Amino acid sequence: MSSPHSLPDARDRFVRGWFAENPTYVQLLGMCPTLAVTNTLPAAVTMAAATGVVLLCSNIITSLIRRQLQPHLRILVYTLTIATFVTIVDRLLAAFAPAMSRQLGPYVPLIIVNCIIISRAEACASRQSVWTAIADALGQSGGFLLGLASLGIVREILGSGSLWGIKVLPEKFPTMLIFVLPAGAFLTLGILSGVLNAIRMRERGPR
Amino acid sequence: MRELLFIGLSAALINNFVLSYFLGICPFLGVSKRLDAAFGMGAAVTFVMTISGGLTYLLQQYALIPLGLQILQYVAFIFVIAGTVQFVELYVQRFFEPLHRAFGVYLPMITTNCAVLGVCLLVWSKSYNTLAQALTFSFFGGAGFTLAIVIMAGLRESIDFADVPRPLRGTPIALFVAAILAMAFAGFAGMGSQ
Repeated sequence: MSSPHSLPDARDRFVRGWFAENPTYVQLLGMCPTLAVTNTLPAAVTMAAATGVVLLCSNIITSLIRRQLQPHLRILVYTLTIATFVTIVDRLLAAFAPAMSRQLGPYVPLIIVNCIIISRAEACASRQSVWTAIADALGQSGGFLLGLASLGIVREILGSGSLWGIKVLPEKFPTMLIFVLPAGAFLTLGILSGVLNAIRMRERGPR
Repeated sequence: MRELLFIGLSAALINNFVLSYFLGICPFLGVSKRLDAAFGMGAAVTFVMTISGGLTYLLQQYALIPLGLQILQYVAFIFVIAGTVQFVELYVQRFFEPLHRAFGVYLPMITTNCAVLGVCLLVWSKSYNTLAQALTFSFFGGAGFTLAIVIMAGLRESIDFADVPRPLRGTPIALFVAAILAMAFAGFAGMGSQ
């Protein structure tokens, strides 16, 4: 039996999510958690993991029921499916990582309105087979993780001089409070996406 | 009365929804290229936020808690928001034609606007205990969103005439502007803490 994973379509979906269709830097989706919970790396990784689990579950369900979906009710069905899985993830997080759950606060329930998940349901899961939908969810989650982690790393090092709670900068090095504050989130994302744009332009060569 | 004033001021300026809670960033970056569109979006969001903030408060207080169904909170909230948006759209279309022409196109986008779900959840987590407090918080939260998106649109209209380095055009420069705005709004933090 040939594994459906080997379908070029599924693989393509998986690969694209990481860079070519990166949710954070290319599609500019899910900005709210991207900016809100990336002041430390652990928070950023937890948020990416929680979103990834919800995205995977919602993609599987949406793909399984795609033939029963009524066009005018589909958005409502997506949102209710997502809300159900977010409730599960939220309770699990509160039970097994209460401190992290408190730190993330309302941003865990706000995964419900994370546009990445709805856009994947609409763009991929409601049209393609379960395996493709799973590959797509994994790829997009990977891309989201890269986006959140890159912000988390920069902001935690510059803002608190540590990485994953461990001091990495020498004591004398001044920490910049602004990178922990909201303004720093906008600034870091602006700088990082500017740098990525510059790299992409250089690759494409002078026009 | 003083308390309500403080809640309003705090929601609109000190803890601005966009610039300190990061709620509603997608329209903040997406619909802030022109001033009138930004104002339309802000008005539509404020409208829906106030209504669904009040409705979800009542739902939680008088249905979910007495019945012990808090586990359904998120599903119920998102259902109420989607329903409110649908209903508001039909109602406005039927009875307020000019209003519908002004912000009708933004209404469908609001269901997935995190500011709306955010306000419902924040009303709850801040444990406001009267409907008046919940409504004040929701309305002024929306007013703060409108203020931020209108200021942003005004700034971006001027940036169109500036010579921005090519890699920074579009989103990156908008994010820099947002960062400066966030710093400015951080100044309001001195007005009191809640």
